[in-house]
Amino acid sequence: MSAITINGLEFSYAGERGFSMRVSSLEIAQSDRIAITGPSGSGKTTLLNLLAGTLLPAAGEIRIGDTCINRLSDTDRRRFRINQIGQVFQAFELLDYLSVEENILLPRLIDPAQSASGVGRERATELLATVGLADKAAYFPASLSHGERQRVAVCRAMFNRPQLLLADEPTGNLDQANKQNVVDILVEQALSHGSTLLMVTHDRSLLASFARVIDFSELTAGGVST
Amino acid sequence: MSGALRLGWRYLAFHRFKSTVLVAAVTLMIFLPAATRLLVEDSAEALTARAAETPLLVGAKASQLELVLSSLYFHAESPPEISYQVYQEIQDTGLARAIPLNTRFNARGFPIVGTNLDYFEFRGLELDEGRMMGLLGECVIGANVARSLDIGSGDSVVSSPETVFDLAGTYPLKMNVAGVLAASGTPDDDAVFVDVRTTWVIQGLGHGHQDLENAGKAVVLSRGEGTVTANAALVQYNEITTDNVREFHFHGDTSGFPLTSVIAVPPDEKNGTLLRGRYLEEGVEQQLVVPDEVLGDLLETVFTVQNYVVFGLVMLSLATVAVITLVFLLSHQLRRGEIFTLRRMGASRGFIATLVASEIVFVFAASLLLAAALTWAVRLYASQLLLSLLTF
Repeated sequence: MSAITINGLEFSYAGERGFSMRVSSLEIAQSDRIAITGPSGSGKTTLLNLLAGTLLPAAGEIRIGDTCINRLSDTDRRRFRINQIGQVFQAFELLDYLSVEENILLPRLIDPAQSASGVGRERATELLATVGLADKAAYFPASLSHGERQRVAVCRAMFNRPQLLLADEPTGNLDQANKQNVVDILVEQALSHGSTLLMVTHDRSLLASFARVIDFSELTAGGVST
Repeated sequence: MSGALRLGWRYLAFHRFKSTVLVAAVTLMIFLPAATRLLVEDSAEALTARAAETPLLVGAKASQLELVLSSLYFHAESPPEISYQVYQEIQDTGLARAIPLNTRFNARGFPIVGTNLDYFEFRGLELDEGRMMGLLGECVIGANVARSLDIGSGDSVVSSPETVFDLAGTYPLKMNVAGVLAASGTPDDDAVFVDVRTTWVIQGLGHGHQDLENAGKAVVLSRGEGTVTANAALVQYNEITTDNVREFHFHGDTSGFPLTSVIAVPPDEKNGTLLRGRYLEEGVEQQLVVPDEVLGDLLETVFTVQNYVVFGLVMLSLATVAVITLVFLLSHQLRRGEIFTLRRMGASRGFIATLVASEIVFVFAASLLLAAALTWAVRLYASQLLLSLLTF
């Protein structure tokens, strides 16, 4: 069974933006590590949002494993996203008023079902140790470097052992040394949990870390119009 | 605690300064109008209760309010004096029981109330320890005096000079504490009670010194018929004891000695009316007032002022509500990124709404608790606060 299956996907933003996108077919295998490249504004982030279920296609289907995410109810889609999809953003998106540990535990706070479960601090401690931040659990994001913040964001994305890890230009705000470090951590985490990794990047120097590179222009050839 | 509530709490705790300012603003918004109303209503109740228990008051023709405040609450400047004769005359009419009051002096900030034993019976005051004052120079102290000065029966308290520069004035008198009154929750708790004659000693109208009959030449300058002239070596007593009490005496007719006022307690309304009539006659140098009426006039003014003040405070509260709403809206605007992230991670609309609402609820709950505590504290000291304001 594929990790991601897209068939006849059509999407367009309503209103003045006048953006529409078509992906006729895409299949990504389980535990694959994919880098997506392409020009700015081509729709890479939109594709990640469609895969995460935060945007819904006008037509077609998106399957994560055997779940057609765009056919789920709002509540089920949210729950699926919390539990099965980890996301890493370019600007880290950590909450400044929560400690490093609390930021990693955020998926548990958001999901009422998880709030009651016993999973928590041990998992956060374990993740922090794997990214070399075991001693920073009580720190607040403002006191961390950019590289450290993104490592915390990776820990947060991996908290629920997701089957799909989406990273949207996670190295965009980092210096060269930290870029490779964060990509290594992402790949390492994805491998150790058997997650499928899909990362959008403009940085060609990082592509060597991925098993496959998809050129977004080719993926949507004849299907993307702006 | 649910995730949203926890996040809300963490946000407020992290932004301590902002949260504290918000809580302080909301607290004042709730507290000020509520406390003003409570302060006036509670203290008015306490003040009028004491005034209602005091049927009639006779004093010099001057400010009625000052007369009532100084005689009932021992809290105002001492009004012009009347003579002890006024007390004797009221007694002689048989129309009312008279209780003399002299409230001119104080001891370490607590008013000295010169009166007689009838006062304690009239006010229903009971002893907590010791006995009632029996000798000249003895005192009975209120519960708050005993607590504040940490003294009890067997100790002593010294009267304070009227001014620091009163070099030619009276010597401080050391008064022995005979007993301590049980707390009554009235101004009597804050008073030092002495026999009215003791206040005359404090004033210098009575004094004690060594026996001149047996004094040597070193003290006596000359002896004439009925008069003895002594020099400054004569020993003056500044404490009245069982040994020297006989040496204390008053020069002149005590009926002309000063009082602040006289409480008149008629047995019935008819006697009261007759007594009031006597003070309406022309040429009478004193006035008779009904404390309840005097205080009623004052409180009517206070209530009117209070209504304006409360109206102003409510307007101010509305403005504060508007500002606080703006603060919350701006804060929400600034946190759009955070809310967007939470939504992208899977947070429901309900979760976000609970998060925002929880912050508002926490701020208002903390403010309510604080306002309640402050209001409670104000309520405890309502009467004293209002009296201080009135006599400021």
